Amino acid sequence: MLSYTLRRLLAAVPTLFLVVLGAFLLVREAPGGPFDEERVLPPEIEANILAAYHLDEPLHRQFLRYVGSVLTGDFGPSYRYRDYTVGEIIADAFPLSLMLGGLAMLLALAFGIAAGAAAALRPNTVLDRGVMTLSMTGISIPIFVIAPLLVLAFGIALDWLPVGWSGSGGLSRLVLPVVALALPQIAHIARLTRASLIDVLGSDYIRTARAQGLPTSTLLLVHAARPALLPVLSYLGPAIAGVLTGSVVIEQVFGIPGLGQFFVTGALNRDYTLVLGIVVLYAVLIVLLNLAVDILYAALDPRIRLS
Amino acid sequence: MSGFGRIGRRLGSIPVLRWTLGVLLALTALAIFGPGLSPHTATDADFDRILAPPTLEGAHWFGTDQLGRDLFVRTLEGLRTTLLVAVVSSAVSLVIGVAYGLVAGFVGGRVDAVMMRFVDALYALPFIFFVILLMVVFERSLLLIFIAIGAVNWLDMARIVRGQTLSLKQRDFVAAARLSGVPTARILARHIMPNLLGVVLVYLTLTIPQVILVESFLSFLGLGVQAPEASLGTLVAGGVGPLETAPWVLLLPSAVLFVILLCFNFLGDGLRDAADVRFGRTDTP
Repeated sequence: MLSYTLRRLLAAVPTLFLVVLGAFLLVREAPGGPFDEERVLPPEIEANILAAYHLDEPLHRQFLRYVGSVLTGDFGPSYRYRDYTVGEIIADAFPLSLMLGGLAMLLALAFGIAAGAAAALRPNTVLDRGVMTLSMTGISIPIFVIAPLLVLAFGIALDWLPVGWSGSGGLSRLVLPVVALALPQIAHIARLTRASLIDVLGSDYIRTARAQGLPTSTLLLVHAARPALLPVLSYLGPAIAGVLTGSVVIEQVFGIPGLGQFFVTGALNRDYTLVLGIVVLYAVLIVLLNLAVDILYAALDPRIRLS
Repeated sequence: MSGFGRIGRRLGSIPVLRWTLGVLLALTALAIFGPGLSPHTATDADFDRILAPPTLEGAHWFGTDQLGRDLFVRTLEGLRTTLLVAVVSSAVSLVIGVAYGLVAGFVGGRVDAVMMRFVDALYALPFIFFVILLMVVFERSLLLIFIAIGAVNWLDMARIVRGQTLSLKQRDFVAAARLSGVPTARILARHIMPNLLGVVLVYLTLTIPQVILVESFLSFLGLGVQAPEASLGTLVAGGVGPLETAPWVLLLPSAVLFVILLCFNFLGDGLRDAADVRFGRTDTP
């Protein structure tokens, strides 16, 4: 188990290196510098500014400098928010996004697995059909449509929940964003759980266990749960990526000052260091979480780590 | 070609799939010819009717938006842009994915192992952020959108094609062709590729909704299709503002987008079940 973990950890290093290199080169190749403005600067001043930001060095030196400083947690100065470093912006905004995404993932797992399992236990009934129809709908409605629809229904028409972030509202203002973020993942997880549980329940060892007179609850929790949930576990990687991506839209719609919000404004303003910093952070996060999922998978499924 | 025929027959025999295909074709026709049915154009602003609800009066069948532009025409033109991006970007991903998978599967061995590890590594990346990065760095244009979205959506296709090629390569007819001295390029073109057609078609159908999602996501954020061009994503974004007073500006384009995605998802799922191939993931961001 330990050697498997170490091997996977080592394999993640070149991936991360390539990601950072790719993002860095893209941003550096961008036409126009961050200090190109209408006002033409005297050449000495421009040279000074470039030197201050180390933009006058050869590209490979700049890259090594960047990797070095990122490793110490320094993402450089923001090109647009003049008094902030990218690190400060991330430190401010990230916890909010993390909470949002974390809650949405928990919600998605709880409801997705429950709905999928319920459907699998009564295949081809009204319940099953209902769950499948809803999840197909959930997969086909983009998150940026779900979010305003929820606002329209629960925020405006029914007026049950606050729809914005500013002002008072406390925890209740989290409800709509978290639900909107979780819904597409609930749909995916429900479909996966249903398919794999039906598969497992049809297998010989479950039939044997049933024939021995085990109660359904034992059957499910002790014998069927682990193999049936493995596909859900391997879906966690894409789900995490989906929640991260979705949070960009959700933060936009609900006006939440999280990382996704800064990412989009940064992208529209061409704030290169900020965008680069957030991409690097997201990439590292996704690679590491995927790694965690893989290791968890290996822990639950001996066939993986032994092969 | 046997797989191809079986998929075709199965497609015809399932009413839902037939309906889905019908709806898709109808919507495509509407996207192309529909704007001509309306007396309005997508850019004409009718300042007497700003945020007018859907009505027969003045022939604003879908109502109008904040600038008094006719929403019926705008939605259909948005649909046209969305479908255009879907088709072209999917074609880009098709070319990359098939070429990559073909090489990996046919050459095999070490090359295959390295190429597939690379694909595995790419699976773990937040692609959408790289597309956004491309949009930031380069001049935003339709061409860039085609290429950027296509260039990040080929992983599934590469996996499928590689797997199929790997198994086809070991079949007797390929061995026979090789023994009788048929050059490699010809084996690929004449013996491998035709047998890939069915599977590739299925996964192409599954790629299209993913591509549509990515495009409309970008456009929603203002990072995709740029004004005066509009796609369904930009229209949905435009509907968020007047949500409270004029919900149709949001609801109608959203409904069209939903129907399109639902149809492609149904079609893709049905075709995949018909072809009975399952490799890789088909999840969208």
